[in-house]
Amino acid sequence: MMQALREPTAEMEVIYQHPAALSECRTHYCPGCTHGIAHRLLAEAIDELGIRERVILVAPVGCAVFAYEYFEVDGCEAAHGRAPAMATGIKRSCPENLVITYQGDGDLASIGAAEILHAAARGERITTIFVNNAVYGMTGGQMAPTSLLGQKTTSSPAGRMATLTGYPLHMCELLSGLQGSTYIVRRSLHDVRHIRQAKKAITTALRVQMAGLGFGMVELLSSCPTNWGLTPEQAMGWIETKLIPQYPLGDYKVTDEAKALEKAG
Amino acid sequence: MPKELLKGNIAIAEAAVRAGMQAYFGYPITPQTELLEYLSARMPELGRTFLQAESEIAAIHMVYGAACTGVRAMTSTSSPGYSLMQEGLSYIAASDLPCVVVNMMRGGPGLGNIQPSQGDYFQMTRSAGHGDYHPIVLAPASVQEAIDFTLLAFTLAEQYRHLVILAADGQVGQMMEPAELPPLLPVAEERPVWALTGARGRGKNIISSLHLRAEEEEIANQRIQARLLTICANEQRSTEYATDDAELLVIGFGTAGRIAYSAVEAARAKGLKVGLLRPQTLYPFPEDRLSRLARQMRSCLVVEMNAGQMIEDVRLAVAGRIPVRFYGRMGGMVPMPDDVLTAIEEAYALHAAVV
Repeated sequence: MMQALREPTAEMEVIYQHPAALSECRTHYCPGCTHGIAHRLLAEAIDELGIRERVILVAPVGCAVFAYEYFEVDGCEAAHGRAPAMATGIKRSCPENLVITYQGDGDLASIGAAEILHAAARGERITTIFVNNAVYGMTGGQMAPTSLLGQKTTSSPAGRMATLTGYPLHMCELLSGLQGSTYIVRRSLHDVRHIRQAKKAITTALRVQMAGLGFGMVELLSSCPTNWGLTPEQAMGWIETKLIPQYPLGDYKVTDEAKALEKAG
Repeated sequence: MPKELLKGNIAIAEAAVRAGMQAYFGYPITPQTELLEYLSARMPELGRTFLQAESEIAAIHMVYGAACTGVRAMTSTSSPGYSLMQEGLSYIAASDLPCVVVNMMRGGPGLGNIQPSQGDYFQMTRSAGHGDYHPIVLAPASVQEAIDFTLLAFTLAEQYRHLVILAADGQVGQMMEPAELPPLLPVAEERPVWALTGARGRGKNIISSLHLRAEEEEIANQRIQARLLTICANEQRSTEYATDDAELLVIGFGTAGRIAYSAVEAARAKGLKVGLLRPQTLYPFPEDRLSRLARQMRSCLVVEMNAGQMIEDVRLAVAGRIPVRFYGRMGGMVPMPDDVLTAIEEAYALHAAVV
C-alpha cells in the first residue's frame, strides 16, 4: 500500500532533495534520455560546491538548447558550436565566475570543433560537459561526428561508411593531447555505478575551474532511445555494448594538480 | 588635448580604449591589423582583456559572451572577416546586447584585395546576419571622425542596447592625419542589471534569442523594430557643404564622400551650383535631410566605391522627385577628384539640356 508523502519534520533527516541549482520545471527531453541525469548530476555538484550564485551556464544548440531554463543559474544561449568562444568572452570578462558549457556531439565535435579545440589549447578556465550520444537528437537522428561505423541514422540509412564519411571523432583523445587541457575524462550514464563516477568527475572538473587550473571537460556517453530506435532499457545496453568499446571510459588527462583536487574531493 | 599625427586604425583603437572598452577580441586581417596589434599591447597595460581569437567567427562569439556580462566589448575586422561574423551579429542583435564592430572595408567580392572599398554597404546596413534587423552603422571620412564615431558608437550601443558598426574603409584605416583624442574615461565598474554576473542575491538572468512559439518570436521582432523606429527618428546624421543654392546634390559617404567634397569645391570654383551631402550614419540613413534637400535640387549624383549600393537608399529618400545618377569605382579602386568632377559636369550639363 502506498504511503502518503509527508512534509519533513524536525526529527526527519533530509537524505535526498531537489537540487537548488536545478529548476523545478518540466524538461522537454524524451523518456529514457540521459540528459536529465546529466542535468541532475551537474546541479548536485554545483550545490555541493556552493557555487550556484557564481555559475554562468552557456547552453548549446541541440537537445539541450533550453538548458538555461532548467538550471537556477545565470545562463545564455550560444550559436551552434560556439559555446566555448562565448564562454571565453564571459570568463575573460568575469574571471571570478564559474563558466560552464553544456554541449552535445554535433555541437562540440562537428560545427564547433574549432572553438572547443582552441578553448582547450588556450587552457581556457571553463568547464565543458560534453554529452555524446552518437547522433543528432534535435534535428531527428542524423549522423553525428561520433556516430559509429555501421550506425544507421536518418542521414546514413545504409549505416555509416568510412569510405564515405570517415571515422568517429574521439574528442577526449584529441583534446587530452593539448597542453592547455587540465582535466579530460570520459564517463558513462548507463547504470548507477557509472552515474556515480560521472558525478565525481563533474565535481572534480568544477573544482579544477575553481582552482583556476585550466580547461576541463567531462564527456558523458549518453542515450538517445528515440533516435536509436530502442527502448530506454535497450538504449542503456547499447551504451554498454556498442558505445563504450568505441569510446573507452577513463581519465585521458588529469594533471597532478587536478589529481590533488580529485583526492581532496 | 593637442592634436597628434595618427593612423586611422591606431586612432580607433586608442579611442575605444579611452571610451572605456573593457574587452577586445579580434583576428588579423588587412587592412585593419594594426588595430589588433596596438590593442594587444595597450589593453593588458590597463589590465583589460585582449584576446586574439582563432577566427572571426570565434572573435564575434567572444564579443557576444563578453557583452552578455555587461562590459564594453568590441571587435574589428575587414570585409571577408565581416562575412564570417554574420552569425554572431545576428545573435547579438536578437539578444539586445550592446557592442561595437569595426569593419575596415576592402576590395571584394571573394578574397578580393586589400585596397579600400565600400562594397559591404548592403551587408552592413540591410541586416548583417539572418533575420529582420539593422545595426546602427556609422561612416567616418577622416581620422578625427573615426575617433569621434568610436566614442559615439559605444554611447549609442549602450543607449539603445543595440549593435553598432563602425563602417570605414582601408583608406580611413591606413591614412595618417592630425587628430585629437579624447581623455581616458574611467571604466564603468557596475554591470547593468540584465548582465550575466552570477545569480547572487537575485533571480537568474537569462540571455537568449530562442522563441519557439511564433507568437513570441513576433513579439521579439516587434521589440527590435520599435527600437529601430526610435533610432531612425533620433539618430540620422549627415554633414553638408554648399547646399544652400545648389541645383545638383552630390552624395557620398566615407572616403568617397571626402573625395566628392574636393570635386564639389572644384565645381564651385567653375561656377557650378553644386552641393554635397555626406551621410555619417548609413543606418539610419539620413533620409529626412535628403528628402528636404531633394525638393530644391534638379538632380543628384551618388558617388560610391562600389557598384551602387547606397544609391538604393538615395532613391528611396528622393522618391522619384529628381533624377538620381551614379559614379562609382569598384574592386579597391579609389575615384580621383577629377573623375568625380567630370561626372558632376556631365550631370550638370543635363540640367541645361532639360531647360
